Amino acid sequence: MDFLELLSSAIEALTLNKLRTGLATLGIVIGIGSVIALVSLGQASQQSVQSQIQSLGSNLLTVLPGSQNTGAVRGAEGSTTTLTYDDAKSISTSPQITDVQTVSPELSRRAQVTAGGNNTNTSVIGVTDAYAGVHNLQMSEGTFISAVENQTLAKVAVMGPQAAADLFPDGSDPVGQTIRINKLAFNVIGVTVSKGGSGFNNTDDTIYIPLLTAQQQVFGVDYLSDISLSAKSADVMTDAENQVGYLLLSRHKLSDPTKADFSILSQSDILGAADQVTGTFTTLLSGIAAISLLVGGIGIMNIMLVTVTERIREIGLRKALGAKKSTIIYQFLVEAVILTIAGGIIGMILGIAVSFLISVLIHLPFILSGFAIILALCVSGGIGILFGWYPAQKAASLSPIEALRYE
Amino acid sequence: MGDSQTVALSDVSFDIAKGEFVAIMGPSGSGKSTLMHMLGALDTPTSGKYVLDGQDVSKLTDDELAEIRNKKIGFVFQAFNLLPRRSALKNVMLPMIYANIPKNQRENLAKKYLEMVGLGNRLNHTTNQLSGGQQQRVAIARALAINPTIILADEPTGNLASAQGEEIMDIFKDLNEEGHTIIMITHEPDIAEHAKRIIMVKDGKLISDKKNKQKERSKSKN
Repeated sequence: MDFLELLSSAIEALTLNKLRTGLATLGIVIGIGSVIALVSLGQASQQSVQSQIQSLGSNLLTVLPGSQNTGAVRGAEGSTTTLTYDDAKSISTSPQITDVQTVSPELSRRAQVTAGGNNTNTSVIGVTDAYAGVHNLQMSEGTFISAVENQTLAKVAVMGPQAAADLFPDGSDPVGQTIRINKLAFNVIGVTVSKGGSGFNNTDDTIYIPLLTAQQQVFGVDYLSDISLSAKSADVMTDAENQVGYLLLSRHKLSDPTKADFSILSQSDILGAADQVTGTFTTLLSGIAAISLLVGGIGIMNIMLVTVTERIREIGLRKALGAKKSTIIYQFLVEAVILTIAGGIIGMILGIAVSFLISVLIHLPFILSGFAIILALCVSGGIGILFGWYPAQKAASLSPIEALRYE
Repeated sequence: MGDSQTVALSDVSFDIAKGEFVAIMGPSGSGKSTLMHMLGALDTPTSGKYVLDGQDVSKLTDDELAEIRNKKIGFVFQAFNLLPRRSALKNVMLPMIYANIPKNQRENLAKKYLEMVGLGNRLNHTTNQLSGGQQQRVAIARALAINPTIILADEPTGNLASAQGEEIMDIFKDLNEEGHTIIMITHEPDIAEHAKRIIMVKDGKLISDKKNKQKERSKSKN
């Protein structure tokens, strides 16, 4: 009996019992498909979170004014007024600070903004020309606020696309038009590119104005809500953090770092925390995937065992008619391999299709894990072949008399 | 069973010549099934000798026995034992696959044998579309498929109504007339009557081995 003959008789046996074949294939399809889909989903969400955080700005350090501890009374974080424009200027000019690239002092408030008959309550940030570079902000039209506009207290504004859409719902070009922030008229000089995001921290729903204009004319304050810094590279983040920390401590005349009236948050802290969260998420999904692989494997095992067991009489007959033990084992092995390959291919296609569908539906990047595909194929395929072969070789070892009598 | 041995058959010795039609009879538990397994090369004796077609079969390996069964023995079982859901043709072709008969010859051979047992018009019927008698005839065609030295039938009419049983016996008689050697195991005396020689076994011993007088008489009348 040559290989082609084995192949055609295996295909014949598989097509004769479509239900059994279908069930066996289904076990493999589900085992492989679910693993691929789940692992892809986990990796896609991890990457999505990472890229969202990175879009906030690379090598970013944020100095926040901290609460001053006066005895047991502790003020709210960020409520204090300890950071000033002079702090920011000294960070950019001090010879001790060697690892900071750009310094962006910022004053962020919410304000009522009107344009014609429309109005919105949005975040208004007073910025210098350094802001766009530190926060990876791109212009879709017009220009960003310049150093001169800041020094001259110009009444110009740059709008995020969401704020622009809210104030100019008819779709007209905001550049060159006038908006009013706290009743002061501002000339719109640019619109930024959308960065995505939603809710309170939506960078698209923001209006940027010159920092000094914001401090002196709009909000009437002399402090900052935060200073954003970009380090020269990702490797010197810690050095930059320390340099800025020492400088601000000495400027604020504090000797004990634990009593600092500010805190420095680094991008890598945020990224690390987010990584931990998504890592847990991916581990959870991988756990579920492993369980489905196990369940799928047991399904394959069951159906293969049943398939062989209910064919023991057939095995006896074939042996009585002159089939050798090895011929019987090959026959069942070829059947198991065909089942496994067919199920594996269908499962792979299904798993990839499901991951793609999910990525489209919930706007995640589409990532395929080669490792998951290979693992799923190997485990399901291995189980399919092992449990096609093992009971078959046991049955083939029975004497034809015993096999024929098997009930 | 521990160390004790159950002896199913001992001191049984006989020859069967080419072209004979022998019935082996005995009540259940007499050892006739064991005898049939030996004759069919399904099992080997713990001691003693079985010479088939000039070849000592008693000490062969499993694979060698498989080859003997394939080339020299055509089985007809009580329960027909056809492959389910396959056509009569496919069933008859099955032993030819193991005998490495070229693919293009198999179908014609199978057709020829199915016509011999009167199923020329049922070639593509699947086994579940055939009556018991027809299924047993497919089994006989399958036994003929590799032109065996002996046809070994184990209670071939046990699962059939008596009319169908008679039809099967007529086929056996015809095959015997054409020169086929047939050995049939049965416990039914009226089925055994169709054979030319009857061997009786009981409690693992051969108790009689004689020509079937009735058969000889009816034959001499013709």
